[in-house]
Amino acid sequence: MDIFVQQLINGLVLGAIYALVALGYTMVYGILGLINFAHGEVVMIGAMVALSVIQVLVASGIALPGPVIAALGLLAAMPVCMVLGFAIERVAYRPLRNAPRLAALITAIGVSILLQNVAMIIWGRQYHSFPALLPSTPHQLAGATINDLQIFIVLLAIAIMAGLLYLVHRTRLGRAMRATSENPEIAGLMGVDINTVISITFVIGSALAAVAGVMISAYYGIAHYFMGFMLGLKAFTAAVLGGIGNLAGAMLGGVLLGVIESLGAGYIGALTGGFLGSHYQDVFAFLVLILVLTLRPSGLLGERVAERS
Amino acid sequence: MLEVRGLKVSYGGINAVKGIDLDVKSGELVALIGANGAGKTATLKALAGLIRPAAGRVHYNGDDITALPAFRLVQRGLALVPEGRGVFGRLTVEENLAMGAYSRADRAQIAADFDRVYTLFPRLAERRRQPAGTLSGGEQQILAIGRALMSRPKLLLLDEPSMGLAPLMMQRIFETIRTIAAEGVTLLLVEQNARLALEACHRGYVMESGLIALADSAPRLLTNPQVRQAYLGE
Repeated sequence: MDIFVQQLINGLVLGAIYALVALGYTMVYGILGLINFAHGEVVMIGAMVALSVIQVLVASGIALPGPVIAALGLLAAMPVCMVLGFAIERVAYRPLRNAPRLAALITAIGVSILLQNVAMIIWGRQYHSFPALLPSTPHQLAGATINDLQIFIVLLAIAIMAGLLYLVHRTRLGRAMRATSENPEIAGLMGVDINTVISITFVIGSALAAVAGVMISAYYGIAHYFMGFMLGLKAFTAAVLGGIGNLAGAMLGGVLLGVIESLGAGYIGALTGGFLGSHYQDVFAFLVLILVLTLRPSGLLGERVAERS
Repeated sequence: MLEVRGLKVSYGGINAVKGIDLDVKSGELVALIGANGAGKTATLKALAGLIRPAAGRVHYNGDDITALPAFRLVQRGLALVPEGRGVFGRLTVEENLAMGAYSRADRAQIAADFDRVYTLFPRLAERRRQPAGTLSGGEQQILAIGRALMSRPKLLLLDEPSMGLAPLMMQRIFETIRTIAAEGVTLLLVEQNARLALEACHRGYVMESGLIALADSAPRLLTNPQVRQAYLGE
């Protein structure tokens, strides 16, 4: 039982991070119908920038508390990612707005590879250890343990998602985003500057990516130029699982995927008599992707009915 | 108010509009009629800034607006109610109306205009919290018109407001159009239902394969033998 609870907790933490990344995929898809495969790399850049800032601060010898250093790293990573997201849309996707979808998809993969290589040149090929800046005091919970960092990740993710839902459903900008996502031409007739809305969407998604990047690096204690690839694919899977284009779906899909993965990793050894170990964790995400695409391509909360009668 | 000279529009690889002149004076109600594929919708889309004209000039209140995108024109009081309504199905009725007022900042006036639209169309008030996609076709058309009114247009372009509606609903839409005109909004109306359009309007243009074939006052067009035969089904 305690393995179950423990893996559930681990899965929720992981899932909260997946959800933040998945939101970036789903927001862009909702507005442009484009899978921004470079999004995982934005997460990676966020982690790397934060790591560099943190390393400088630690090396400077200024006696700052750990959480303050972590916050400064995050505050540096966010604007960098936001500018990056803005630039990716402007340079890579906007010229292809009316091109066939395949062209934009290939471009997205190209941007992804480009960013990986730029990151490799800047930060090198090696794994960087991400310093433990938050207290990791363990707490007992229903026979399992949860530490401060895990609690903090989940709470911050919830706060950010609540803020995003408020923005999208209760503000003028959010209304314009939803209108644009439904019909950009008509939104233009209402006075919405579509290009600005699209830019803002990328910027918001990238800010979430920066947060997720710092979270995942802090959680695993590691950052690496290639880390965005697998994380991006999993978050994309989470978005598809929830129903791509749907914000609540991305949140649900992210959390579910995290839980499935953790439980799978926790039990795969016992289920296969020790033949397969927990390093097969990644298999579950893609198993989920295959199952969803086969059984319910529109995702859990996706719309099956035609939009207009 | 609106001066169109030598307008040419290519639309989906076809030369839909092949050089037309068209004028709408302030306070007028003008109909643009013609058969399917005559270029009426392409003309309106070009005027509203949804398609860039291939050639020609469009002046609005003396300014050249030929190359301006749609969202800039709304700010200047030129609004289009597009063909097929184009309401945001997943947004509520109220949110659709709020989208109409998107380019305005005068909160008090916007609130007053909500009341005005709800008074004009009580059905919309009843359904304000409902997603627009759940409304009937006629209700969606009314919502599209109400939404355009929320932008406080000076010139309203209406594309096929009667399309797909039952006769009774058509009558109601045209009553609404007259009410809007009486409030001082200038209207350019594209219609396949030539009789309804010409009966409501002051003047009319008849479009045939991308060109203006006839331009006259509405009463004279209604008695013109050519028009009667081709568009009034007589």
